[in-house]
Amino acid sequence: MTLADTLAGVMWLGVTFYTLFGGADFGAGFWDLVAGGAQRGDRQRRLIEHSIGPVWEANHVWLIFILVVMWTCFPGLFGAVSSTLWIPLTLAAFGVIARGSAFAFRKTVTEHWQRRIFGVGFAASSVITPFFLGAVAGAVASGRVPPGIGRGDAITSWWNPVSVLTGVLAVTVCAYLAAVYLTADARRSGDESLTAEFRNRALAVGVVAGVVAGVGLVFLHADAPALAHGLAHRGLPLVVISVAAGVICLGLLYRRHFLAARLTAATAVTAVLWAWAAAQYPHLLGPGTTITQAAATRPVLQATLISLGIGAVLLVPSFTWLYVLFQRQNPSRADITPNHLTPR
Amino acid sequence: MIFAAASHLADPVAARSQMGFSLGWHIIVACFGVGLPALVVFVEWRGLRTGDPAYRLLARRWAKVLGVLFAVGVVSGTILSIELGVLWSGLMTGYGQVIGLPFAIEGIAFFIEAIFLGIYLYGWDRFPPRAHLLSGIPIIVGGVASAFFVVTANAWMNAPTGFTVQGGHITHVDPWAAMFNPATGPETTHMIVAALMVTGFGVASVYAVAILRGRNDRYHRLGLLVPLTGAAILTPIQIGVGDWAARMVATEQPTKLAAMEGLAKTTRGAPEALGGYYSGGKLHDALKIPDGLSILAKLNPHATIKGLDAYPANDRPPLVTVVHLSFDLMVGIGFGLLALAAWLAWSWWRHRDHPQSRWFLRTVAVSGIAATLAMEVGWVTTEVGRQPWIVYNVLRVANAVNPEPGIQYGFYAVVAIYAALTVILIAVLRRMTRSTPIPAAPQEADVEQYTVV
Repeated sequence: MTLADTLAGVMWLGVTFYTLFGGADFGAGFWDLVAGGAQRGDRQRRLIEHSIGPVWEANHVWLIFILVVMWTCFPGLFGAVSSTLWIPLTLAAFGVIARGSAFAFRKTVTEHWQRRIFGVGFAASSVITPFFLGAVAGAVASGRVPPGIGRGDAITSWWNPVSVLTGVLAVTVCAYLAAVYLTADARRSGDESLTAEFRNRALAVGVVAGVVAGVGLVFLHADAPALAHGLAHRGLPLVVISVAAGVICLGLLYRRHFLAARLTAATAVTAVLWAWAAAQYPHLLGPGTTITQAAATRPVLQATLISLGIGAVLLVPSFTWLYVLFQRQNPSRADITPNHLTPR
Repeated sequence: MIFAAASHLADPVAARSQMGFSLGWHIIVACFGVGLPALVVFVEWRGLRTGDPAYRLLARRWAKVLGVLFAVGVVSGTILSIELGVLWSGLMTGYGQVIGLPFAIEGIAFFIEAIFLGIYLYGWDRFPPRAHLLSGIPIIVGGVASAFFVVTANAWMNAPTGFTVQGGHITHVDPWAAMFNPATGPETTHMIVAALMVTGFGVASVYAVAILRGRNDRYHRLGLLVPLTGAAILTPIQIGVGDWAARMVATEQPTKLAAMEGLAKTTRGAPEALGGYYSGGKLHDALKIPDGLSILAKLNPHATIKGLDAYPANDRPPLVTVVHLSFDLMVGIGFGLLALAAWLAWSWWRHRDHPQSRWFLRTVAVSGIAATLAMEVGWVTTEVGRQPWIVYNVLRVANAVNPEPGIQYGFYAVVAIYAALTVILIAVLRRMTRSTPIPAAPQEADVEQYTVV
C-alpha cells in the first residue's frame, strides 16, 4: 500500500465516520420531520434534541475533514468534483446552514409557533442535505465527473436516475441509523412506548434501505458496469457482510437487543461504503484517474499523515469522552417531557 | 435550461462577491467563536472563586449565547470549505496541496473545539464545578488554534512560499514553508487579536446600552467592565501588531501598500496620505504628512517607496480608492478605540471605576460595531488590495474561478439566505434577553434556574 493509498483510506475513514455519526444526526432530523403533530410528536422531538444536541457539531466536523483531506491530498479530485457538481454541493451547503442554525435557534425559543418554524427548518434541511450529498456520491460513483475543472455537465451529472437514487439511499440510510440509535436512547430514558415507536420505525426503514440499495444495484448494472463489476468481484465480500449485518440487525431489533443492533447497523453501512471503495479502487474518477495519479506530492502526503496521526492522539480520547459522557447519562424523564409548557 | 443563456466564460465577479459576502458574514460570528469562550471561562472562574451570583449568572447567559453563535459559526464556516471548491476550483486544483496542511491541522483544532463545546455546554450542571471549568480550556485553545491555522492559508495567498513550479506543474512542495510564510506571523496575530477585540467591545456594547437604559446594577457593570477591560488592554497591542503587518505588506506586497496609501508615483520620502480619493492615476484631496509613509514603512524618512506606476497596469489593484479608504477607516477606528481604552484606564486609575459620563457609555455602545467594522474593512484592504491576484504574483483571480455556467445564481441565493439568517439570528439573540429577564440583584436561585442548554 502506497502513501497515497493510506491517505485515500484516511479520507474514506472520514466519509465512514461522517455517515455513521453525522448521517445519524441528519436521520434524527428526518424522524423529527415525520414525528407528527405538536402533541403527538413532542416526546420524540425531545428525545431527538436530547440525543444529538451535545454531539452534532463535533460529528459535523467530519464533513470539513473530508473536504480538507481531499483538497490537500487529492487536489485534482476536489477541483473536478466541486466544479462539476457545484449545484448539489451548494444546495447541500445551504441545507447545512439551515439545519445547524434552525436546530440551535429552536432550543432558545419557547413559544409553540416559533419552535414549529425552526423545527420544520431543521427537519426539512436534515433531509435535503444528505440527499444532495448522496447525489454527489452517485455522480462520482457512476463516473459522471470527468477529471479537470468544470468538464462535466452541471445538471445531468447529478440529475439522473442513479445519482438521484443514491441521494434517496443516503436519506434512507441516515434515517435507518438514526432510528436504530434512537431506539436504544429511548429505552435508556425508560419510556417504553417511545422505544416501541422507534423500534418499529427502525425495522421498517431497515427493510426500505435494503430495497433501495437493491434497486440501486440493478440500475448500476446498466448505468455503470465497471463499478457493478467491481462490486460483484473485489467488493463482493463486503457486500455480503453488509447484507448479513443488515439482516442480523433486523433480527436483533425484533428481539430487542438494541445496543447490538446499533453495532450491526453501523457495520452494514460501513461495509457498503468500503465495498464501493473496493469496487472502484484504484480509480478515483472512473478509469484514467488513479489514486497515485491524483495524489499530491510526497512531502504534502507525509506532513498531512503525521499531523493527522498526532491529531488522532488528541481526538480519540476526546471523542470517547464526549460519547461515553452523554450515553452514560440517563436522559431523565424530565428532559424529554414537555418543559416549554412550564415557566422556567 | 436557465443556464443555457449564460455565457460559458468564467465569472470572477459573482464568485468574488459570493466568497466575500459569505466570508465577511462568517468572520463576525467566528470572532465570537474565538473570543467568547475565553470570556465565559473567565467569568465562570471568577464566579467560582468569589461565589458572586452576578459572575455566575453572566457565565451561564454568555454560555447560552456562545451555544447559538458557535452553531451558526460551524455551519457558515462549512459553506466556505465547500465554496473553495465550488467557486475556486482552479486555485484548489493547482494549489490545494500547498495550502492544505494548515487546513488539515485546523480541522483537528476545530474537532477539539466542537467536542469540548458539547461537553462544556451540556455538562454544565453534571460535573463538579472545577472539572467543568477545566473542560472549557480546550475550547479556547481550539478556537485560537483554528483561527491561527486558517489565517496562515490566507497569509500564504499574500506571501506565497514553499513550492516550485516547472512547466506549469507543481514539482515540489514544502508544506511547512508554505504554512510559515513571511505574512503568517503578523497576519495571524492581527486577526486573533481582532477577534478578541470584536468580542470584548461587542459584548461590552450590549451592557453599555442596558446601563444607559437605567440597569446600573452590579451584574450589568461587570458585564460591561470585564469584556471592555480585556479589549482595552488589547487595543494598543493591536496597533503595534498592525504596524508590524503593514511593514510586512511593504516588503512582501508593494502594490498593495501603494494602493493602501494611494501612492501613484515612486517617491523618495513618501508622505502618509489620509483620506481623499484616487482617480486618473492620482490621489485627490488627501491630507499628507510629509515623509510619513517612508518613516512608517521603512523607518527612514528618506526611504523610497514604490508607487503604482512601478508596475504594469494589469498587475495593479483596480479599486485603489476602496483599498485606501478601507485602510484609513480601519486605522482611524483603531485609534478611536485606543482613545476609549485610555479614557477607561485614566478613570480606573483615578476613581477605581469606569467613567460615569453618559458619553462614555454611548461610546462603548458603538465600540462593538466600530471594532467589527474595522475588522471588516481590514479584510477589504487585504483582499481587494491583493487584486488582480488570488495568489500574489502567482495566480490571477480570473484563472482560479470555476468555469461552469450559472455561478451567479449561487451568489443571489447566498445573499437571500444570509439576509434571512441575519434577521433571525438578531431576533433570537434579542429574545434570549427578554424571555428570561435579568433580576435586579441575582440570587442563588436565579443562577441555578437558568439553564444553559
